[in-house]
Formats: sequence, C-alpha cells, structure tokens
Amino acid sequence: MCLAIPGKLIEIYQERGLTMGRLDYAGTINRACLEYVPEAKIGQYVLVHAGFGISVIDEDEAQKTLAIWDELVAQAAEEGTDIFGRPLNGAGGPAGDGESK
Amino acid sequence: MIDFDSASVQLGHGSGGRLSHQLISELFIRVFSDGHPDPLDDAARLTTRANRLVFSTDSFVVDPVFFPGGNIGDLAINGTVNDLLTSGGTPLAISAAFILEEGFPFRDLKTIVETMKKAADVASVRIVTGDTKVVERGKADKIFITTTGVAEVDHDYAIDCSQIRPGDAIIVTGTVADHGMAILASREGLSLEATIASDTASLGRVVHRLLAAAGDSVHAMRDPTRGGVAAALNELAESSSVGIELIEAAIPIRPPVAGACEILGIDPLLVANEGKMLVAVAPDVTEAALAAIKADPLGSEAAVIGHAHASHPGRLTIRTPLGAGRILDMPLSDPLPRIC
Amino acid sequence: MRYLDDFRDPEISRQLIEAIRQTVTRPWVIMEICGGQTHSIVRNGLDQILPSEIELVHGPGCPVCVTPLAYIDAAIDIATRPGVLFTSYGDMLRVPGSRGSLLTARSEGADIRMVYSPLEALELARENPDKAVVFFSVGFETTAPNGAMAAIQAEREQLDNFSLLVSHVLVPPAIKALLGAPSNRVQGYLLAGHVCAITGWSDYRRIADDFGIPMVVTGFEPVDLLRGILSCVSQLEKGEAHVTNEYARAVREQGNLIARTTVQQVFEVVDRHWRGIGMIANSGLRLRRPYHRFDALRQFDIDVTPVTESGVCISGEILQGLKKPFQCLAFGAQCTPQTPLGATMVSSEGACAAYYAYSQRLNDRKLS
Repeated sequence: MCLAIPGKLIEIYQERGLTMGRLDYAGTINRACLEYVPEAKIGQYVLVHAGFGISVIDEDEAQKTLAIWDELVAQAAEEGTDIFGRPLNGAGGPAGDGESK
Repeated sequence: MIDFDSASVQLGHGSGGRLSHQLISELFIRVFSDGHPDPLDDAARLTTRANRLVFSTDSFVVDPVFFPGGNIGDLAINGTVNDLLTSGGTPLAISAAFILEEGFPFRDLKTIVETMKKAADVASVRIVTGDTKVVERGKADKIFITTTGVAEVDHDYAIDCSQIRPGDAIIVTGTVADHGMAILASREGLSLEATIASDTASLGRVVHRLLAAAGDSVHAMRDPTRGGVAAALNELAESSSVGIELIEAAIPIRPPVAGACEILGIDPLLVANEGKMLVAVAPDVTEAALAAIKADPLGSEAAVIGHAHASHPGRLTIRTPLGAGRILDMPLSDPLPRIC
Repeated sequence: MRYLDDFRDPEISRQLIEAIRQTVTRPWVIMEICGGQTHSIVRNGLDQILPSEIELVHGPGCPVCVTPLAYIDAAIDIATRPGVLFTSYGDMLRVPGSRGSLLTARSEGADIRMVYSPLEALELARENPDKAVVFFSVGFETTAPNGAMAAIQAEREQLDNFSLLVSHVLVPPAIKALLGAPSNRVQGYLLAGHVCAITGWSDYRRIADDFGIPMVVTGFEPVDLLRGILSCVSQLEKGEAHVTNEYARAVREQGNLIARTTVQQVFEVVDRHWRGIGMIANSGLRLRRPYHRFDALRQFDIDVTPVTESGVCISGEILQGLKKPFQCLAFGAQCTPQTPLGATMVSSEGACAAYYAYSQRLNDRKLS
C-alpha cells in the first residue's frame, strides 16, 4: 500500500497552526501538511502520502542509485562491452543521461 | 424582463405559462436563433440532400457545472457533435433539453446558453429546438442538459466500430485524460489546485481533414469519453473482433495531467476525454492520416498509439516501456483516487 | 517527472534484469508485502520479464484488502445515521462489507464524501458544525500519522463534531505471522518503502535474524523494485539474511521520528483482525484514552465483534502464496469482483481479481 509521490516544494505557509506546503508535480499544484518534514526547504522534493509529507528526497542518494549504473555502463563501454562483458551492438547508448534534467 | 444579474429560476419557468414563455423568448430564442430566419419551434424542419443520416443523443450532468476549460454548455454541444462525427458525417442540427433545479441563478444559465451557442457556431451546427423543465430544489443538481443531433453522411465509406481490421493503426488525436482530471481537480476534497483545463472541443475540422487525406482507409472512429481510452478501445476490439495492442510510451499526456494522475493514483487511460478521437486507419495510410490530423491545431499532438492484430480478438493489451504486455480491461466504473 | 521518470528508465531496468539473471541459480520465493508494489509490478509487467526462477508472491499489504468486515460494517452503520457526514479515502468506498459498500450506502442517501487527506475532513467539520463528521482512518504505518495529526488538531481546535473510525494495521506483526506459519514458503521479503519511510527498518533486523530471511527496503518504480529483487536474490544465493536499504533516497534507518512520536502519542497497539488472515496479536492501533472523545466507535456506541467470513474463501492461503485462485471452489461463481467473498477479490490488485479479469476474457471468447 501507500502511494507516495515526490513533488517539488514551492511554498511553505502556516494554516491553523500547521506548517503546510504547496508542491509542484510537473505543473499540477498539490497542498500537503509538512508537520512531519520540518526540515524541508523550498526547491527540495518531498514525498507526499495522502496529504502529508513523509520524507524529503535525499538528492545524493538518488544520484548514487542511478550513477552506479551510469558508471558501470560508461566503464564497460570504454572497453567496448556492456556491463556483462558482452560486445556492444551499437544500438543506442545506455541511459547515461537519466538524471541530468 | 428576466433579471439575469440576480434572479434565479423558479418552478413557474418550466410550467408552460407566461414565465416559461419569458424564459424561452428572452434567453433561448434570443441566443440560439441569433437572427436566423427560422424561429425556434417545437419541431424543427430540416432539409438535406444526403440519403444517409446519423442520429445521436447524450445527457450531461457534470459536477461542477463550471470547470477550467469550459462548462456544461459547450460540453453538451461538443459531446453530441463528436458522437455524430464518429460516422464521418457533417452535423446538421441539434436539440437541447434542459432540466433546471429551482433556484439555479439566471446569470449562470445565461452563461451556459451563450457558451452552447458559441460551441455550436464553432461546430457549424444549429440548435434548432429544445425543451425546458424546472424541478423542485433537491430533485436535480443545478442543471442537466440533453442534446440530440442529426448529421448527414455525404460519403460511401463504411466507418463504424465493427470495421477495424488486423494491421490497422490506432491513432489518438491528442493528449489523454485532460477532461476527467480537470473535473476531478476542481472538486472539493482533493488538495489539488485546479490548473488543468478540460479539452472540450468539437472535432469537425480534424475529422474532415482526416477523411480528405485517408478516405475509405479510415475504418473506425470513437471519442473516448467516460471510461477513457481503455473503455473505448475495449469496445472497438470487441465490436471488430480484433485484438488491439497499445504502446504505453507512445500515448501523449500533458505533464500536469500525468502529475495529477500520479498524485491520485489514477490510470490516465481510464479517464474521460471530451475533445479527442480514437481513429483506426489502414496501415498504408498511417503517415498521411497522422499528418492530416496534426495539420489542425486541435490535432497537433496526435500520435499513433498502437495497432490491431488478429490474435486474441476482443482483447486490449498494452506494451509497457519494459517490453512486457498486460491486459487493459474494461474499467469497472469511474476511477477513484487511492492512497494505496 | 523528476524522481519518477528517472526510476522508470527502461535501459537501467533491462540491465538490472540481466544482473538478476546472472545472479540467480535456483528458484526463490520472494514476497512483496506492499499492495503498491504489487500494483507497480503488474502495471509494468515486471513479473513477466524476471527470470522464471523468481516467484513473486503478493503480500497482504493493502489496507483495502485487510480492513476487517466488522469495521466496514461499522463504517456503513455510522455513515447511515442521521446527521452524520462520513469521510473516507477513495480506496475504501467500493470495499464490500457484509451488506454492501460505502458507495451503495451513499446511493441510498448517506452523506459520504471522498477526501484525499484527513485535514479535509477537519475542514468539513469546521464548515458543518451541525453535522457529526467522521473520518475512516485506515492504512498502515505510513497513513497512521495522518490520522494522528487529525486527532491532535481536532483536540487543539476543540472540534467536538469530529471523530475517527480507526482501523490502522502494522506490518511487522503480519510478516511474523506469515513467516511463523508452518506452511510458509516465502524465502525473502521486499519491505514496503513508504512504511519504512515512517518506521525505519531497525524493527525488521530482529525478524530477519529470527527467521534467517533477507529483507530489503524497496521502492515502487521499476528500477527500485528490480534493485530490491537483485539485493534479495544476491543474499539468498549467498545464504545471507540481512536487512538492506535499496530505497535510500526516501528511507532513513530511524524513519521519521516526528511521525513515529506523534503516532505513539495518539494511538496504542492492540490485537487486530485482518480480513482473510484472522487475528494477529499487536497488529493494530486504536486511540489512546486522552483522545477517546474523538473515537467514533465510542461516540456512536458501536461494538466491532469480528464478523464471520465466508467458509469457502481461501484468500488467506492465496495471500501466503500457498494456493492459486483457480483452486478455490467459490472463484468465479459465488465470488466475483462485484460480489467478493474475500480480501484478494476485493481490491482490483488482489490476486483473485486479477485472475478473474484475465479468465473472464478468455471465457467470453470461447462462448462467442
């Protein structure tokens, strides 16, 4: 269970004694309660579940998750193989730019 | 004179008496007839040289009545016009029947009626007859509109939901899920800010450009309203006894609509559209058909999203970006936001 | 969208699948506990493209499925009383109790509204002082903090016309119950990433040690799920049994301390009945004494004695991966998505509902 989607925090405000935030999801704006993520700063991505921020996305960890693969792929590509040592067939580069946006 | 700024609809405005007459003459005739020589009558007389007519009806009960991108008025015209267009015909005339809740503000009614007239003008169709009933407060929700339309068919192509053949390309004329998500986002109880606009539009120009380019290679058309693309294509697959496979990555969706779907856990393929057409065309005209649709501003984001095949007749499947296939079933009912 | 599209990358996913293929040497049974992960696995078709050695068993981590019949009946009972405005997450509206669902109750005149957050239920309570506004607070550890915050805020604002029908459940006791069953087949677990975002994962160390089973904190996108599976399979192949975190961008070891503290302040742990599984000790939450005035069961004087579930239904065994839906006598006959007998037919992601949709289409074709 537990659908939680990361949105970019664009505004923090107070409402009835609660810290609230407005989050941007590719142009759709959603409001969420930030009481559980007081460390969240404007511009950071916050995981929101049923109207409550539950976690601030750790950018370094996210980069790491994707970068491990990028590095492996790049290393292997220098040797003319994929990460499993098989020769590259030249059909399109692997997802090296997955995190650059 | 009706005070359109502050008065509201009373039961008497549907009674057939003086108040009814006042409403009809000061609003409906004034707006819909708009200088046309034929007055609005109980029965409209139409002339046509076509020997085939298509006929369609639809009721509109949308809540909220006003939403980003439109209101129940243009929805009621565009919905019936698009239904008529699925035959490839040219819409001729529309009737409009209103059920009004006592107390509905005249200001809103006037806005809706004027919007209907504008939508009819854009679609080059006349609103030729109608009816109005008023029910007690609570017996209806603000306003319900039923529109019925007639179109003449001036070609001999066999275009209907049973004509799809294996190999046909499936094209959608633009982005999916805009209308349903606009409505959902503008309802109370969901923390979304209403930034998504409905796609409500009539598609006459798009359809006629398509027919000009692809002629009888157009095999079927369907506007994916309630139930979304998934329901419409399940019906088409069933009626034509073909399998249809969609390519998930090819389906166009506007980023804010995708965002709203993610937040609420809703599959955009199950969400209503009100200004889109699904088209099945023979494979050899795919490019020409797509180019013709894209030449129109309302079709600029059209895409080939799948194809029909002979195996598994009646089944709609979708190829995921990872290359797996799964069945996309007919939705049980409207999608509900979920937390899990 | 950032942090979603990146983790849906087909190329990285393919590489991960290849890595899993190279790692696996024999069959393994892995359970993803969370219904959200099941949804993502089915939606993306991961189950079809994984090496055949890996059997994914869909766990009971779906509040829609496991909320006991008695609570759904209680919800309908409360919602249909005069002067009540009942609010619920969208998920719960269609779930059938003994006599219909909240949606059917609404069609019969009850004032039932869907909300996305309990804060919206509070807003309805403020706007409707003459109504008793009730919020159906369901869900796992991820959702419990939301109900807790609603109770605290109602207390702060003295919103006496607000109450909560609480049926929260906890994951670790359920995993222990599943692992402790003599018939258990599951050899590794993907832990629910968003539950762990709140709870952290230290509680699971003990379980992993006690049962000698690897447990991997896992996210929801294809890349996340495949990393979780790869980590689990690697441990299984090496004979290791640790708790590892493959969802580090969202989950910290201690979880969300503020949320955990708030939940503890408002709720206490109780035994709870799970639909399809039965009573599990210390697996649920209820309001603590200072918040009893916001307890809908007390306000409406309702007794939730467990309701007997269908005797033929085998959803418990299906949830444990012991049986397939076709092995149930009621499947497709008494039990369909419109008239579900058990948990796995209730939710559209449930194993029985999924099998039903598939087989139904096959039968239709045979008949025509």
